[in-house]
Amino acid sequence: MPVLRIPTPLRSYTSGQSEVNVSGLKISDALTDLTTQYPTIKPHIFNDGGELRPFVNLFVGEHNIKDLQGVETPIKDGDRLILIPSIAGG
Amino acid sequence: MYPELSRDEILRYSRHLLIPEVGLEGQRKLKNSSALVIGTGGLGSPVALYLAAAGIGRIGLVDYDVVDSSNLQRQVIHGTSTVGKLKVESARDKLVDLNPDIQVDVYNEPFTSENALRIARDYDIILDGTDNFPTRYLTNDVAVFLGKPNVYASIYRFDGQASVFYAKEGPCYRCLFPEPPPPGLVPSCAEGGVLGVLPGTMGTIQATEALKVLLGIGEPLIGKLLLYNALDMTFDFVKLKKNPNCRVCGPNADITELIDYEEFCGVPSHDHEEGSAGANWDITVTELAERVKTNHLKLVDVREPHELEISRLPNATNIPLGQLAARLSELDSAEEMVIFCKSGGRSARGLELLVSAGFKKVKNLKGGINAWAREVDSELPIY
Repeated sequence: MPVLRIPTPLRSYTSGQSEVNVSGLKISDALTDLTTQYPTIKPHIFNDGGELRPFVNLFVGEHNIKDLQGVETPIKDGDRLILIPSIAGG
Repeated sequence: MYPELSRDEILRYSRHLLIPEVGLEGQRKLKNSSALVIGTGGLGSPVALYLAAAGIGRIGLVDYDVVDSSNLQRQVIHGTSTVGKLKVESARDKLVDLNPDIQVDVYNEPFTSENALRIARDYDIILDGTDNFPTRYLTNDVAVFLGKPNVYASIYRFDGQASVFYAKEGPCYRCLFPEPPPPGLVPSCAEGGVLGVLPGTMGTIQATEALKVLLGIGEPLIGKLLLYNALDMTFDFVKLKKNPNCRVCGPNADITELIDYEEFCGVPSHDHEEGSAGANWDITVTELAERVKTNHLKLVDVREPHELEISRLPNATNIPLGQLAARLSELDSAEEMVIFCKSGGRSARGLELLVSAGFKKVKNLKGGINAWAREVDSELPIY
């Protein structure tokens, strides 16, 4: 199963889990699985139109899905997905 | 030609001179270099200390704040003896003590669209140590317009991000984050807290990257983003590409001059949590102290449960802001209500949520429980 890494600011919506196993053949499946397992995370990563919010980036391995096929990007067992939100603290 | 090193400087920098990648030539290059550090807080502290120690010839410091004792858990350039002093002066004194051979220029003013280009123009490199979204977008745009590298890091709780945004050679901050998060969706360190040593780790990485860029050695984090988690002790790297649609550094850029960044981000350019819901919706702590003597008021505390261990108001109902939408049924909209948090920021967002759900008899406690502790109950700690 692909593993999705959750950044600290979003862990309060995944019961504190730093990594969540997600199933599916492409990114959109994995995100649906995530929001089914943890429904309260949904408004933090999707806008009202159901699109990924512009301040959230999702990477498969080292690559931004924006540079691949977006939410249609295929994924496979063992892939490491990373959600990267913008943070501003300093 | 780079300036010569004095006999004292050769001794001071001897551990650098022994590294072939730096050597005498590199150290003279550093002496000839200048770096602008925006913010002398958690990140700016280690950044400025290490750049000064490394012998960067001229360091600029931008900040408009004064040292507060709540800064000292992480802002190691300041000290107990400088609480109440201007941060730029406190920082300059420390840097000059650490290295009297360098020049330190201070700018005791907020970094804004009005002064940013003037301040940044004469520096070789910019280090972003700010604590809020408007100043981060401003810093990025200034670096793009002036063609300078922007050494970036930001932090939250246990997470750190770092990169070198240099539009001449790679992506800029806006390529990765074209738009800021909607106000209130991403908590700041003043609201959510931060592990004190985290900015030490990330600021030291910024200083490392700045030295590499100035010396022209190694592989700087251009086109790469470092993600650090202190709790898991993980370092991840991802690749960043230039966004062809970037509004400041793309081929069809439509932002060609500095804008109003507070308007763009919808939040003020500071990380002081004091929030207000507007005059019609706010109640001051002195008003509340009077009201509770005669009226029954429902008090709703939207802070996190662990904050209640620090301070609490008697008879307040705790519903953390993140749970408020799901727990509205626990509140009676017919009842008069005052909503509060640490300093009034989160409760102002909670009030917005209640009002949009049809609540009318609700007020936001301006300045939060910290204002109550300052003005009404001196037994209560301020945090």
